[in-house]
Amino acid sequence: MNGAPDTSFTFTVNGESRTARCAPLARLLDVLREDLRLTGSKEGCGEGECGACTVLVDGVAVNSCLVPVCQVDGAAVATVEGPGLEAVREAFLAEGGAQCGICTPGMIVMTKAWMDECERAGRAPTAEGARKALAGNLCRCTGYGKIIASAVAAARGESR
Amino acid sequence: MSPAATVSSPRTLAGALDALVGATEATLILAGGTDLMVEFQTGRTRPGHVVDVWRVDELRGIRAEPAGLRIGALTTCTELRASALAQEHADILVIAADEVGAEQIQARATIGGNLGTASPAADLTPVLFALEAEVRLVSKAGARSLPVTEFLTGYRKTARRPEELIESILVPTRAPGERRGFRKVGTRRAQSISKVVVAVAVTALDGVIRTLRASAGSVAERTILLPSLERELAGKAPDAAALDRAARRAATADCAPIDDVRSTARYRREVLRRILRTLLAELLLDET
Ligand SMILES: Cc1cc2nc3c(=O)[nH]c(=O)nc-3n(C[C@H](O)[C@H](O)[C@H](O)COP(=O)(O)OP(=O)(O)OC[C@H]3O[C@@H](n4cnc5c(N)ncnc54)[C@H](O)[C@@H]3O)c2cc1C
Ligand code: FES
Ligand code: FES
Repeated sequence: MNGAPDTSFTFTVNGESRTARCAPLARLLDVLREDLRLTGSKEGCGEGECGACTVLVDGVAVNSCLVPVCQVDGAAVATVEGPGLEAVREAFLAEGGAQCGICTPGMIVMTKAWMDECERAGRAPTAEGARKALAGNLCRCTGYGKIIASAVAAARGESR
Repeated sequence: MSPAATVSSPRTLAGALDALVGATEATLILAGGTDLMVEFQTGRTRPGHVVDVWRVDELRGIRAEPAGLRIGALTTCTELRASALAQEHADILVIAADEVGAEQIQARATIGGNLGTASPAADLTPVLFALEAEVRLVSKAGARSLPVTEFLTGYRKTARRPEELIESILVPTRAPGERRGFRKVGTRRAQSISKVVVAVAVTALDGVIRTLRASAGSVAERTILLPSLERELAGKAPDAAALDRAARRAATADCAPIDDVRSTARYRREVLRRILRTLLAELLLDET
């Protein structure tokens, strides 16, 4: 979809160095899913509204549908498949935080970003905090109660 | 996207200005991409030549200068929220930044992009209007500063020349005793495009208003000032009825809202009137 000549971009994904040859304006989401075959990140809207495509770039949560690959050259990208997210994934399973699952990868990555932020700021993770942090992640199935519960359980290390 | 799309990603300001030499209307500057990537995706804008400035660190950062607060064009809403300097000198800009989209958007949405898009619904822009901010534009040929009110010339139109880059924004030092307020009415807490957004800066002495500068978004084809308020209220020690009259006047005379998918013109005028009345009362009636 991008007509610009292909260029090589090298960055780490979940700790491993990866190189993709693609158009500079290709969306990070497409590069992850199609070039690197990491299909965990989902496309809900493609317009920054739903958060299903959320990944971390250098530790910061972003919508990968809005990030051109040229802007992550040399960066560290983390997706739902990555290490360090086991506890959050477990919490979503244990607390029933997923139904159809389309929003779930974004919810999990955003929860991780929120947990890291709580830790950095020395703030106790609360349901209200989780709700605010996950405000950019839409779910059409669950009604959010169990998602917030999953996030809080993950942050408090309570998942069974 | 067009087959001719080319992208350069300079890492320095000098490199960015070089890349912009010979730029035309079709040259696009890409910052955080939260507006432009959506436009590419929907086909509303086709990239021809793109100058990606996201990695130009010289365009980041917030610092205090004698004239006020200097905010680099690439400063994101997240950075504004985290900045003690911004909190101290431009409190309502921080409040507005917190209302822009959700966290994932705030991490990428830049102040330069908010101005650059020149959307009538932009949330930071009304604050910059109310605080009499200046935008500094640079090109290989030199630099110039102009008031943000002159920078925005129409619906998605600015005074920027193709070779120019928004380098930074200056928020002048707060006038002694100046009080400020910001309000956004949207549909949802996060992610909502404003239905109406208002920013106000007012100075009063012994309850008498000296200066009053107010701006609103989403009530005209571009962000506007609301001059009726100052005209009606300067030199007065207003009571609730006077504030109500001034708010009504501004919502009638100063704006030109439209009906669109998000709202109707009548609703927007009514919301504007109510927000103004409430904000002005908060800023003016509890200190006398
Ligand atoms: C889901 C979603 C929610 C949003 N919610 C809000 C909201 O609540 N409030 C709000 O105000 N906005 C909102 N936006 C719009 C957008 O996030 C903001 O306008 C943001 O500030 C744009 O900054 P950017 O760096 O991403 O701009 P970009 O998309 O990179 O650029 C936007 C425009 O500005 C120009 N530009 C950028 N930087 C410069 C520069 N340094 N010099 C010259 N020109 C430049 C570009 O050429 C382009 O025309 C939302 C967007 C999305 C996708
Ligand atoms: S797919 Fe990226 S935010 Fe919806
Ligand atoms: S579980 Fe289906 S969208 Fe959230």
